[in-house]
Amino acid sequence: MPSSRVAEPGILDRKRVVFSGRNLTKIYRNGELEVRALNGADLDLYVGEMLVLLGPSGSGKSTLLNILGGLDRPTSGTVFFKDRDLTRLDENALTAYRREHVGFVFQFYNLIPSLTARENVGLVTEIASNPMKPEEALALVGLGERLNHFPSQLSGGEQQRVAIARAIAKRPEVLLCDEPTGALDSKTGVLVLEALVAVNQELGTSTAVITHNQAIKDIAHRVAYFTDGKITHVEENSRRLDPADISW
Amino acid sequence: MTGMRALDKKLVRDLMRMWAQVLAIALVLAAGVTTMVLSVGAYQSLEETRSAYYERYRFADVFAHLTRAPQRLEAQIAAIAGVAAVETRVSQAAVLDVMGFSPPVTGHVLSLPDHRRARLNRIFLRAGRLPDAGSPRDAIVNEAFARAHGLEIGSTFGAILNGRKRELAVTGVALSPEFIYAIGPGDLVPDDKRFAVIWMSQEALEEIFDLDGAFNAVSVQLLRGISPEGVIEKLDTLLKRYGGAGAYSREDQTSHAFLDAELEQLKAMSRVLPPIFLFVSAFLINMTLTRLISLEREQIGLFKALGYGRYEIAWHYIKLVLGISAVGIVIGFAFGTYFGQGLTRLYQEFFHFPFLVFRRDPDIYLIAAGLSAGAAVLGAIRAVRSVIGLSPAVAMQPPAPPRYRQSWTEKLGLFRHVSQLTMISLRHIFRWPVRAAMTTLGVALAGALLVVSLFSFDSVEHMIDVSFFLSQRQDATLSLADERHIRVLQAAEGMPGVMRVEPFRSVLVRMRNGQYEKKLPIQGKPQKPELFRLIDKDLRPISLPEDGLVVDKRVAELLRLKPGDVVELEILGGWRGAERAVDMPFTRGAIISDEAALLARGPRGRVETVVTDIVESYFGLSAYMSLPALNRLVDEGYIVSGVHVSYDKRQEQALFEEIKSTPAVASIALKGVSLNKFRDTIEKNIATMITIYVGLAVVVAFGVIYNSARIQLSEQGRELASLRVLGFTRGEVSRVLLVELGILVMAAQPVAWVLGYGFAWLMIQGFSSDLYRIPLVVNASTYAWASLVVLSSAIVSALVVRRRIDRLDLIAVLKTRE
Repeated sequence: MPSSRVAEPGILDRKRVVFSGRNLTKIYRNGELEVRALNGADLDLYVGEMLVLLGPSGSGKSTLLNILGGLDRPTSGTVFFKDRDLTRLDENALTAYRREHVGFVFQFYNLIPSLTARENVGLVTEIASNPMKPEEALALVGLGERLNHFPSQLSGGEQQRVAIARAIAKRPEVLLCDEPTGALDSKTGVLVLEALVAVNQELGTSTAVITHNQAIKDIAHRVAYFTDGKITHVEENSRRLDPADISW
Repeated sequence: MTGMRALDKKLVRDLMRMWAQVLAIALVLAAGVTTMVLSVGAYQSLEETRSAYYERYRFADVFAHLTRAPQRLEAQIAAIAGVAAVETRVSQAAVLDVMGFSPPVTGHVLSLPDHRRARLNRIFLRAGRLPDAGSPRDAIVNEAFARAHGLEIGSTFGAILNGRKRELAVTGVALSPEFIYAIGPGDLVPDDKRFAVIWMSQEALEEIFDLDGAFNAVSVQLLRGISPEGVIEKLDTLLKRYGGAGAYSREDQTSHAFLDAELEQLKAMSRVLPPIFLFVSAFLINMTLTRLISLEREQIGLFKALGYGRYEIAWHYIKLVLGISAVGIVIGFAFGTYFGQGLTRLYQEFFHFPFLVFRRDPDIYLIAAGLSAGAAVLGAIRAVRSVIGLSPAVAMQPPAPPRYRQSWTEKLGLFRHVSQLTMISLRHIFRWPVRAAMTTLGVALAGALLVVSLFSFDSVEHMIDVSFFLSQRQDATLSLADERHIRVLQAAEGMPGVMRVEPFRSVLVRMRNGQYEKKLPIQGKPQKPELFRLIDKDLRPISLPEDGLVVDKRVAELLRLKPGDVVELEILGGWRGAERAVDMPFTRGAIISDEAALLARGPRGRVETVVTDIVESYFGLSAYMSLPALNRLVDEGYIVSGVHVSYDKRQEQALFEEIKSTPAVASIALKGVSLNKFRDTIEKNIATMITIYVGLAVVVAFGVIYNSARIQLSEQGRELASLRVLGFTRGEVSRVLLVELGILVMAAQPVAWVLGYGFAWLMIQGFSSDLYRIPLVVNASTYAWASLVVLSSAIVSALVVRRRIDRLDLIAVLKTRE
């Protein structure tokens, strides 16, 4: 892939924020034990940005992502999606929020085994207000040829790309990816990352990628370092790498 | 050992965690155990009670009626080889008049020895005292009759004895093994208000009926191990010149025969229903546990990785299953015993037993428990085996994603327009067709149980329709005290309110076709009967042939007869209602021999006649000829033994009064009263049984559907959570699971109907006796009810599972790989 396609961080419009989390904490009570998964995390995600959240496992990245995606609520703190306070939304509103605005990609794909690639994507386009065609979404991730295959007939990398296509087919404003390459080898992982970058550039979808894989940080506009439930610092990449140029 | 203790803790916690499912499975299992313990227990208790009653009160083995024989004959009877004891007595029918009760009551009057205890057929004196020797006024009455009319010691009532009306006073209230099933003339079920048994002093009865130093009935007890046939033959020879009407054994004794038929029916139910229930519950448990254990795949891999042997692991899961079974078996024992005792008490009341022997055969409990636990363990072994062979590493991996493909139905484009959500359900069914079929079968079996529990109402209503409306259109049947010339019809026509009369004559014969023979009455009727019609198998009324014989289906089966066959008839006697009109031939011909006095008519001829037609009849054994043909056969001119009448209801009182003072009439059967009583009794009896069985079937239906849904939920939880994450609402996600369930439940309905019909057929086979047959009739409404109940159970299960879908933990499901 030509490196000229990779945008420079300077072009990001830093005035427009998609997500804005302040002083977020999340405490899980497990019997007597109290687990602080988030401990005062602050984060902004800008429009059209690709952000990588880097940190060891158990550092609270996934919790943050779940809160942003409307799967979970913080114990305290605020989180805004544009001008909406997610902490104030009820269960139905959160469902509608996920349906309209958020795309998810998980480590384990979470495809519906009984539906083909096209149908898995169709699952989402059927309920979205302004979706692209399933074929279009699959072409975007390089799977235009495997429309009628069931998950069991696809490799791990292919399954993950179907998951990405499914996530972006509704043209969400944000794409949240939790260890999208975690279950993949380097070579297939790169293909998945290429798909993510392509979506980010072509659709301008604000994308947050969680990973503990250092190599991936180079494809991002910005990298947020996560430790013990907090973001310790944020780095801006002066030069982004093309996914084809990284490996692990 | 310490390791196993940890496993056992897991076991207990697993059971507690899955309590709802454990309970659902256990309840289904309990349903199987309950039916078995209940019906077998009730049957055994009644059987035991009956034999204890017979033994303690010395119920006779052989009975005979005759016109009159001198007392000294008793010694000769006692001398017959195989006879253990003999009792002679006076036995007569009487019309009674109870104050404040308009319809005539039929009484069966029996003598009690005056200065000693009865050797046979002893009574159980519930209250009061024995009649004074020689007192023509002292009378003991049967308890049911006393209770029905509120008679107490000292109460009086009227009785026409030997043509003369007398007043009798109640000195005692009793029960007797001869009248466990105390049934009146022409009745299908006991009517305690209209039938009485009266015991009086022997001396007094001898005098009243002009039988001084003589008797007209004899009972015989046989030595242990002696069969009645030989004794009956010798007894017949001995009694011939005294007007003996043919001795008969217990199996033809009214009370015994009815009780036996009831017990047989109970036995049939205990043989058909519990196995069905047990099979269904075993099947369900097998299905459920197989899927439940498959879900434990990773844990099994972990145990192996930790060093547990395959047998230890297998045993762990078998213990889990045994734990569930134990819950079910305990519940089943408790309910089975409880309902069984309830049912037995109901029968005790109905049958007038003075006491009740509860028999609880431990075998039944062992068999029920063994079958249930066995089925459960078998299911567990099957499931464990499929997992236990895997290497720990593989087992700990989640299974590969199930392979789906487009089914042929899709390729045809059948489901082109369904949504992706519906497609998930459909593919799931096609991906696991066997599992889907099993679930469907499970639901269908529950529906079938409902059909088989409910259809008896349809069958009984059909019996009633055919017998009481299509065939019998008379209001009453009058039996004459003696056979009379046909002129008697005019007298009957002249009675108040009588609109129409139709004569009949009853002649007892032995009917023979080659090696098959049967004793039964032939009824002579007008060629084209209008009041009591004959109905063919297509339920059309038919006319009698000028010559030749028409038999009912049961007789045709017993004697292997078809139209055109020739049968041999041996004339045994005519009908004389005066002695006992209890056995009205129109319903219960088979037991006419029971104490019906039959006249000996000189040399008994043997004639042959041809069978011209087969008719439908659900009660008794019946054969019909035209009246002239029958009279020609017996060679006695224009004789009748009774008349069917229809009358104006407004003049009923006057008619009853007239009958009560007409000595020529031995008894009157009222169709309307009989029918109501029949409905009441049957409905009460069936209703209790059916309430229990319907309850159990509902448990089964709910258990099958709930378990299927729950397991499906654990299998598809991850998929469903993914859908929620994608933004599908709870309702939409529930639909995936519930649509599949719905399809299977709907598909199960026709299967349920077919299976239900089959089970009903199976059960009917055990219900046929010479006394009655139950036709196999299942109305559309029964199928509809069965389906309605199953669908309701499905909806309730769906709602319960729906609540679980609503509470799916999205994050937990997505974080882990199964």
